[in-house]
Amino acid sequence: MYTTNASRGLPRHRSRYPAERYTRWTMRALMAVLVLSTLWLVVAFHLRGQWMFALLFLVLGASLAIVFGKRTLMSHRYVFPALAGMGVFVIFPLIYTVGISFSNYSSSNLLSEERVRAQFLEQTYQAEGVAFDFQLYREGDRIRLYLEAKSGAGLEGARRLISEPLGKAGKGKLAVRPTDAPPPGEALGLREVIANRDRLQALTLETPDGTELSMVGLRSFAPMLPRYQENSDGSLTDLRDGGVLTPDQENGFFVTESGERLTPGWPVAVGLDNYTRIFADPDIRGPFLQIFVWTFVFAGLTVVFTLAVGFVLASLLQWDQLKGKAIYRTLLILPYAVPAFISILIFKGMFNQNYGEINLILENLFGIRPEWFTDPWLARTMLLIVNTWLGYPYMLLLCMGLIQSIPRDLYEASAVDGGGPLVNMFRITLPLILKPLTPLLIAAFAFNFNNFVLIALLTGGSPDILGASTPAGTTDLLVSYTYRIAFQDAGQNFGLAAAIATLIFLLVVGLSLLNLRLPKVKV
Amino acid sequence: MAMVQPRSIRTRKLGAHFALAGFVTLVVFPLLLVISISFREGNFATGNLIPERFSLEHWALAFGIPWERPDGSVVQPPFPVLLWLWNSIKVAVVSSLMILLLSTTSAYAFARMRFKGKAPILKGMLIFQMFPAVLSLVALYALFDRLGQLVPWLGINTHGALILASLGAVALHIWTIKGYFESIDGSLEEAAMVDGASTWQAFRHILLPLSVPILMVVFILAFIMSIMEYPMASVLLLDESKLTLAVGAQQYLADHNQRWGDFAAAAVLSGLPITIAFLLCQRWIVGGLTSGGVKG
Repeated sequence: MYTTNASRGLPRHRSRYPAERYTRWTMRALMAVLVLSTLWLVVAFHLRGQWMFALLFLVLGASLAIVFGKRTLMSHRYVFPALAGMGVFVIFPLIYTVGISFSNYSSSNLLSEERVRAQFLEQTYQAEGVAFDFQLYREGDRIRLYLEAKSGAGLEGARRLISEPLGKAGKGKLAVRPTDAPPPGEALGLREVIANRDRLQALTLETPDGTELSMVGLRSFAPMLPRYQENSDGSLTDLRDGGVLTPDQENGFFVTESGERLTPGWPVAVGLDNYTRIFADPDIRGPFLQIFVWTFVFAGLTVVFTLAVGFVLASLLQWDQLKGKAIYRTLLILPYAVPAFISILIFKGMFNQNYGEINLILENLFGIRPEWFTDPWLARTMLLIVNTWLGYPYMLLLCMGLIQSIPRDLYEASAVDGGGPLVNMFRITLPLILKPLTPLLIAAFAFNFNNFVLIALLTGGSPDILGASTPAGTTDLLVSYTYRIAFQDAGQNFGLAAAIATLIFLLVVGLSLLNLRLPKVKV
Repeated sequence: MAMVQPRSIRTRKLGAHFALAGFVTLVVFPLLLVISISFREGNFATGNLIPERFSLEHWALAFGIPWERPDGSVVQPPFPVLLWLWNSIKVAVVSSLMILLLSTTSAYAFARMRFKGKAPILKGMLIFQMFPAVLSLVALYALFDRLGQLVPWLGINTHGALILASLGAVALHIWTIKGYFESIDGSLEEAAMVDGASTWQAFRHILLPLSVPILMVVFILAFIMSIMEYPMASVLLLDESKLTLAVGAQQYLADHNQRWGDFAAAAVLSGLPITIAFLLCQRWIVGGLTSGGVKG
């Protein structure tokens, strides 16, 4: 290897070629634009109070400026884009996930505190005792609303109100003003009201004083008053019943005086709560441990089965006397070449309990119809069968490469001593390839440990574990369990999902450290 | 070549052929079955591998053409397969090109230059590649959700987000290209630089033209990986018209409404090109997957 330092640190002259000068200036302009746009992102995120993201883009923009601004960092310019990609989309999400695992970020604690407060302040309620009957009057091709107070004095001394004509796209606010008499012409019937119901419901009427009225029934509008008032100490007063809501920064909710929590809340740090829940809450611990064990069993058995099939096939294909090896090889690695999302779905159809081909064949031969998707053990068996089909070609290719590097004389010697094929296989081939294969087996284990696509597409984790408080299935792996907690059902619990993901991170770190300590070979 | 041969060689050879043929049949059966089903009439038809009642219904629907049954009823295509395929290809081409750009330049630096932190960066990249994206989905979702509030074309439910998210997976490709660069003798570039070429020029005009084969392979590899990407797309894309094939295809086999025949045609239509591409490049793909003990 040699090093190119030719253009590093030397003074650069103004190029003689205009084309090159333009290229340089274009590059500089591009960099300036990039740095400025990241800075804009930093400011925007900062203004929204999302300091994690502001920090991310600050680091990104600053390193961009430094690497492309200093001529001595010439080599780093080549590496920077890839590193930035990894940093933003692999390393940052990793750190952020660990961060989320210490918070109660979930579908009920999603928005920032300011947004939650704003949502509460936007809430309105219908003032008691004041309501208006309304009727629609056609005016040309547009419609006016005419309101008449049901009883009492009406609003601000006016009993009758008339609105501006309702536009075609009738939405948002519409001004109303006091009037003395209904507009000329015949009022439209209830049928027209129903036909326009969606438009009317989206409508807010505004009196000259700023009071807003909304539709409260098919015949009436009523003034809507803001329900909450903000106090100087950050609490909210419920104007309807005078109750006070105080922000609870420990749980991220507004609580009433009686201690009741009001949704939505906002995310707050909860320390180790998510982790203690995993290990202490019996409704989570039970399913978690079951899934944990099954994940290890699944990954382990997959490696064993795929290796066994791949190794036997590789040994057969290495046999010099055998003809047609190329055809066998191509056909045998087909499962690897077909996109996994297609072959998994093919198996999903084939294993279908009612009309799938596998049950048809089994019924014709043995008269049985196994319930592949409703019985936990059969579902697990099916997963292993499918995953062996998907995974053995990889092992086959690895074993073939490694077997080729075994010296032929060993087999020669074995033949002289009268060793048969089985002796060759277990006494020569297997021991010789097992050592170089180990790091790859660990990698395969780690891959299957996190084999999300298979579970998501084939069983979706079902059949479900009974009595679990989170969505958990008997065939779920830890990753698909995490995914379901985070993205399925109503209670999207990102905090808990992130905590489990963090535990898996630790396991993967362990596996990769183990892997790095083992010697490497190239196949 | 082994010279000493046992006597029973003929029976053993026959046995080996028999076993291999049996296994191959078992392995290829599902694939043949799907091709057969795609030509069968109806969505639940059963029968032999060679369809008795041949029909192009599922293929027409896969291509988005409404199909008129003999009894006069017209069947509309259930899902926009071609649109999904187009989305997949669009995302895959753009993201593979960007991945290629990122990984080629860094591979050049790693193969030819000496700079601070080179070894730790290389090793760190391999370790971080071990973490599957599924685990950081929550964080990625949050990132693109927030980013989308500022830059709409990078938000949830955009292809831009999916393309950007794929840029993290470059370590594997960097290693593959780096290995190839190191196998090319550096004296050509040295000669160019002695004649006054800059580092960039030597890279651009000398090394790159020599490395077209490996760049093609990495492009195809990244392309296939992007087409098959499932977890990220399933979280980032929401609308039916935005889905990629990997996410959309499962809707054919939803729990309550399984369209086995329609799925078969769509699967063959979209799976065949990828399978052929994979088989053509398998030599390099396998080499790339096994080096460094990382399986994509």
